[in-house]
Amino acid sequence: MEALKQELKAKIIEALNLEDISIEDINDNDPLFGEGLGLDSIDALELIVLLDKVYGIRLADPKQGKAIFESVETMAKYIEEHRTK
Amino acid sequence: MKVAITGMGIISSIGTTVEENFHSLVSLKTGLSTISNIETIHKDIIKVGEIKQTNEQLAAQLNLPQDNNFSRTALLGAIAAKQAVEDANITDINEYKSGLISATSVGGMDMTEKYFYDYFENEACQKYITSHDIGDNSQKIANCIGLKGLVTTISTACSSAANAIMLGARLIESGELDRVVVGGTDALAKFTINGFKTLMILSDDYNAPFDNNRKGLNLGEAAAFLVLESDAIVKKHNKKVLAYVAGFGNANDAFHQTASSENGDGAFLAMNKAFKMAKIQPSEIDYINAHGTATPNNDLSEGRAIIRIFGDNVPDFSSTKPFTGHTLAAAAGIEAVYSVLALQNNVVYPNLNFKTNMEEFNLTPQLTLKEKEINHVLSNSFGFGGNCSTLIFSKN
Amino acid sequence: MKKCYINGMGCVSAQDTYETSFLESVVINTTENIIYAIQPSYKELIPPAAARRMAKGVKMGLAASTKALKEANVEVPDAIITGTGMGCIEDSEKFLRALLDNNEEYLTPTNFIQSTHNTVGGQIALGLGCKGYNFTYVNGAISFESALLDAKLQLENEEENSILVGAADETSSHTMELFKLINIIKKESDQPYSVLGSNSTGVIYSEGATFVALENIHKDSSYAVLEALQIQNELKVEEVESFITAFLNKNNLKLEDIDAVVFGNNGDVTFDTYYSEASSLFNQIPQIYYKHLSGEFNTASAFGFWVAASIIKSQIIPQSIKMNAIEKNTFSKVLLYNQYQGKDQSLVLLSKC
Repeated sequence: MEALKQELKAKIIEALNLEDISIEDINDNDPLFGEGLGLDSIDALELIVLLDKVYGIRLADPKQGKAIFESVETMAKYIEEHRTK
Repeated sequence: MKVAITGMGIISSIGTTVEENFHSLVSLKTGLSTISNIETIHKDIIKVGEIKQTNEQLAAQLNLPQDNNFSRTALLGAIAAKQAVEDANITDINEYKSGLISATSVGGMDMTEKYFYDYFENEACQKYITSHDIGDNSQKIANCIGLKGLVTTISTACSSAANAIMLGARLIESGELDRVVVGGTDALAKFTINGFKTLMILSDDYNAPFDNNRKGLNLGEAAAFLVLESDAIVKKHNKKVLAYVAGFGNANDAFHQTASSENGDGAFLAMNKAFKMAKIQPSEIDYINAHGTATPNNDLSEGRAIIRIFGDNVPDFSSTKPFTGHTLAAAAGIEAVYSVLALQNNVVYPNLNFKTNMEEFNLTPQLTLKEKEINHVLSNSFGFGGNCSTLIFSKN
Repeated sequence: MKKCYINGMGCVSAQDTYETSFLESVVINTTENIIYAIQPSYKELIPPAAARRMAKGVKMGLAASTKALKEANVEVPDAIITGTGMGCIEDSEKFLRALLDNNEEYLTPTNFIQSTHNTVGGQIALGLGCKGYNFTYVNGAISFESALLDAKLQLENEEENSILVGAADETSSHTMELFKLINIIKKESDQPYSVLGSNSTGVIYSEGATFVALENIHKDSSYAVLEALQIQNELKVEEVESFITAFLNKNNLKLEDIDAVVFGNNGDVTFDTYYSEASSLFNQIPQIYYKHLSGEFNTASAFGFWVAASIIKSQIIPQSIKMNAIEKNTFSKVLLYNQYQGKDQSLVLLSKC
């Protein structure tokens, strides 16, 4: 789980082109949207593709993302349970 | 403002002439179907408003030589523009100071995506490299109607053709031009199909504007042009005026690169400006041809803006996107033609596929074909980049 | 009717035009067939959260527009009108490449969103919170001039009082390779490159962004008045003379009334004749060229506009852009003539305030 979280942070930084942010800057429970990292709705769509491409998880409805993408912690948990690759 | 419309031309998935389009609208015949001209992995899932003629058939209709390098966007545009000029009974287009204001978002993307890598191996297809350019498409349309003069193009995503009509009206009003052909054209492309897919706003069903359970849009392709002429020409040649551009407004939502603000600020401002220019009251509008793409975001935002303008007295409104799909930069062009047809024939088109009112407000679009006296039509078009446009067309 | 004043300008180009004063130092390129714009430092201009999605064209546009507004002391303009020839070609290419390479799978929205031609105008509006009129013109070499025409009509009629007008175009690798393939860009073997007296076809390609703050009031910062302009989709060489004289006539001017003329010569020998035809009408006045500095691209003429307005304000023609040796003491009326491959012809007339 710890390794997955680290991997996830690196992938988020890469996918969203977060130039000024490093893995250490993101805490497991930091909110990804709004306050914390300040991601927006376009980032949410990018993360949906990331789930599909890297972990083989397909979300049909973008609304599902809201709960899953709350933090790195919630994302990692969801991936552990649903990954197909 | 009062600028005369003296000709119209259109090609869409519901017809290749103005008459055919009108016939489909009043007989509730949708143009949405399974895609056949483009190879895409999404073909079994999506429905599109596709014009079934191939490029070769369209080129033959224009009498183009075999080795032409027209993109599909240019082919469709040229067909619609030619119809419009004929409809306006123009024999010598350059007899007056004339212009063409076209609009497109994809330009020659259909060829670029086909030959992107092939260009380096296959010399025969290299003729299409310069067709990618949006301006090249307009130049070709101008050549097809024999126009020499001011030719320019507007590309503001899905509001483009509305803005082309605005500039045209402004150029006539200011005396810069005596006659101007205005409208838009966009062909289907894998680029846009996949683009809207990534935004997760492509419906796998028939689009249902303003419905609570709407699932997004269907893409379409089309082209439509209007001929606008000065009062002097109309008088001198005793021309039949189909309708008038009475007012317009353009504003920016300045909220988000692609999404509309929840309260529809940009849309509200655009409609307000149009009313000011047309010098009419919202209560005088008989029909709203809504943008109504059937995406969750658009319909909520547009609905709220409509309520902000019209209050409890929202006039009959409908989106014609269930007929044609969302034809992007051409949308406001074909909907301008539909607005003029509504004025001429005194009909309100139904908003197909609607079942359930949205939970956010109590707005029910017109559900059946309705005949009544129509004097003023308002048409909305909104696009990426916060672009919001409103046109008002009037009978007299 | 009000006048249309140029009250502020910002220019990002292949020369150091953003930070320094009017062409105080220039680099003349003879060896590269593509020259790239010198990028300003964007850190202070664009918040990192927004910058991470922006391609070069958007960033250049934001930088140029920020400077133009600052010079004119305009916080938020009434309207924003942009011209671009190829739009956000870098994002278009990235999205298309991903689409083709992955057979339409695993595509992400960012490049698609940023690929629309009105991205620059939209992002400037978003950054400024400008809810006014917002148009983007995309029509080859008259993209910028179309924006000027629209703005001029609105300012003169007082529909709007301040309009940010500009142009932005970026290079991108795939498109540049395609342009080399069909000789839009000069061949390596055509070196040394020169815009004047060239005997090869094609151009030196480049990129850049120029924005101007136009208002219908005169200010201390005013450069010049945008007096008139004309756009024409195509002309034959033998029609150039009548195109120019008719334009001047319409504005109650004669050839002798013009103090300097700015030509868009780009070193493409096939179409140089348009400029030699125009040049022969103006033998008695200083002639100016600029595409040896800016390179050629759809909106390079906006760089020429920046040059002409700067000449009127400073009343000086820098040595590096003189085409002939004729001197003049005052520059009241400056005419710009531009075209690309005989198409997208434009005339723009600027005058002293």
